[in-house]
Amino acid sequence: MAVTLGIAAIAAVTGLTTGSFHASLGDVASALTGGADGRTSVVVLGMRMPRIIAALLIGAALGLAGAVFQTLARNPLASPDIVGFSAGSATGALIGLTLIAPLAPPAVGAWTGGLLTVVAVMAIARSVGISRERTILAGIALTTLLAAVNDYLLTHAPIDVARNATQWLHGSLAATSAQEVVLLVASLGVLGAVLITVHRDYRALELDDDTARSLGVRTGRVRLVLVIVAALLTGTATAVAGPIGFIALAAPQLARRAMGTSGIPVVGSAITGATVLLVADVIAQRALAPLQIPVGLLTAVVGGAYLFWIVARSRR
Amino acid sequence: MAAVLMGLVVLSLAVGSRALAPGDVVSALFSDRRDAIGVIVHELRVPRTLTALLAGACLGVAGVLMQALTRNPLADPGLLGVNAGAAVGVVVAIAFFGVGTASGYVWFAFAGAAGAALLVNSAARPDRRDDTVGLILAGVALSACLSAIVSIITLADDDTFESFRFWAVGSFERRDPDVALQLLPFAIAGLLLAAVVARGLDQLQLGTDLARSLGVSPAVVTLSAGAAITLLCATATSAAGPLAFIGLLVAHAVRGAVGGSVPMSLPLAAVVGAALTLASDIVGRVIAAPGEVEAGIVAAFLGAPLLLWLILRRSA
Repeated sequence: MAVTLGIAAIAAVTGLTTGSFHASLGDVASALTGGADGRTSVVVLGMRMPRIIAALLIGAALGLAGAVFQTLARNPLASPDIVGFSAGSATGALIGLTLIAPLAPPAVGAWTGGLLTVVAVMAIARSVGISRERTILAGIALTTLLAAVNDYLLTHAPIDVARNATQWLHGSLAATSAQEVVLLVASLGVLGAVLITVHRDYRALELDDDTARSLGVRTGRVRLVLVIVAALLTGTATAVAGPIGFIALAAPQLARRAMGTSGIPVVGSAITGATVLLVADVIAQRALAPLQIPVGLLTAVVGGAYLFWIVARSRR
Repeated sequence: MAAVLMGLVVLSLAVGSRALAPGDVVSALFSDRRDAIGVIVHELRVPRTLTALLAGACLGVAGVLMQALTRNPLADPGLLGVNAGAAVGVVVAIAFFGVGTASGYVWFAFAGAAGAALLVNSAARPDRRDDTVGLILAGVALSACLSAIVSIITLADDDTFESFRFWAVGSFERRDPDVALQLLPFAIAGLLLAAVVARGLDQLQLGTDLARSLGVSPAVVTLSAGAAITLLCATATSAAGPLAFIGLLVAHAVRGAVGGSVPMSLPLAAVVGAALTLASDIVGRVIAAPGEVEAGIVAAFLGAPLLLWLILRRSA
């Protein structure tokens, strides 16, 4: 984890200093302490800092959501981005954005859409068994359906909404505002607190259900709470940055391998998710500058290739 | 079926942001009218209709071949990433090699489709009968990766891709008038190869040992079927963008009608594929009038629920 934090620090410094406006380390330090000239402090504090904080918070939210879903389903593929929770959140946000109230914050729609999708997938899982591969496939099919709904909603949106929404649908941190950072901090705080209160029961659920029950855990209730928390985390992240794929899938697995634990580490997943998204966003901004790649496209290229490699290798 | 197809063709020529009377369509079609109706029919509606027919026939046949070859009832050129591979070829040809004609970039589409087909085939295990999940997962991962690459390239080169914005989601709007004519030879080559390989595929269904004893070389059949699939998918994608679900829908419709025999299926698959694609395009023009919904989105609204149903039914 020390290495992960080191990587995150390097990425943050790179994100703060480089770009179309160059700021030296000293400039950044003086901007942070309030001693820089107006232009430097606007760029560093007003533009780059919120984006870095948003990347860390969204990455942490996705890492947490991935860890919870993967633990509950006991299947690494049961990630919100694979089985459609991210796409459902995006659908909810888009419906709110284009049909109901174009000015309302998309978070409410994203939460609703995410939760409804979770209910749908759980209903499927109930009939076929949650860890079964069929549930994953059904979630993938649901994702494709929701993607079509999202595309359809976009063609119906007014042109200025549609233009913003297209970038948002790719998954981008470029337009993150200070209010959105506040929303992220608040949601992550509340949902994180809930996670801490059920932490002991959660650990018991990592074992099988019978053992957990014999330890006095009310498995049904804990599951419900965890699922709602993870769905809301996914919804919050999606509301701000759009459906960013593969972070929730990869972060818990990377954290597990890095820490050498048998179960999925919760805090480790959050830290890894934050680091991965921050690094991805800095690369997406700078790799082909001045072209700004939406970070969701970068995670899709890398994450898609990674998932393909894992699947192909496991089938040899 | 042929009558349905004829009806759809007339409908496709008549329906649009300016609706035409069927009588006007017919008279414009068989005369050299240079008035508004003549221009609409000859320069907009006819090319659009021909392109949809061509792409649909190719995808329908490719879907049947793919399901026979992988013995996977969920296989589809779009879901397994072959169309996304072709799309990468097309955008690379346009962005980096300045190729502007369909007959030029279709070669790049071959390369892309062949690469994707080989990759996804490396994850296929046709010897294990009930192993549908891994292949689909590998295909979905590959698609996600390749589609993101397409998005990045098109974002980087806005001017070149202005007219391709809709192509990327599978559309027949604003295609060059002679795209269908340029691609016709490639489509015919693919369909002929499919017809040649059909019997061999049928015998391969019996198992490799039995096929060998019937004088069929499994390697030759697999390779030729793969080549036919590549040709057909690349042609269709060059014409219409990466359309998913047409192959899946057609393969299941045809199987319901004539059973599992590949040689019997192919002619019907071509007709049904053409009809389905054209119908998707027409529906897309009608439901959002005066705007349009891309045919690819309409096809996904039909195909994704079918996919979901197939998965749930198989699990029962």
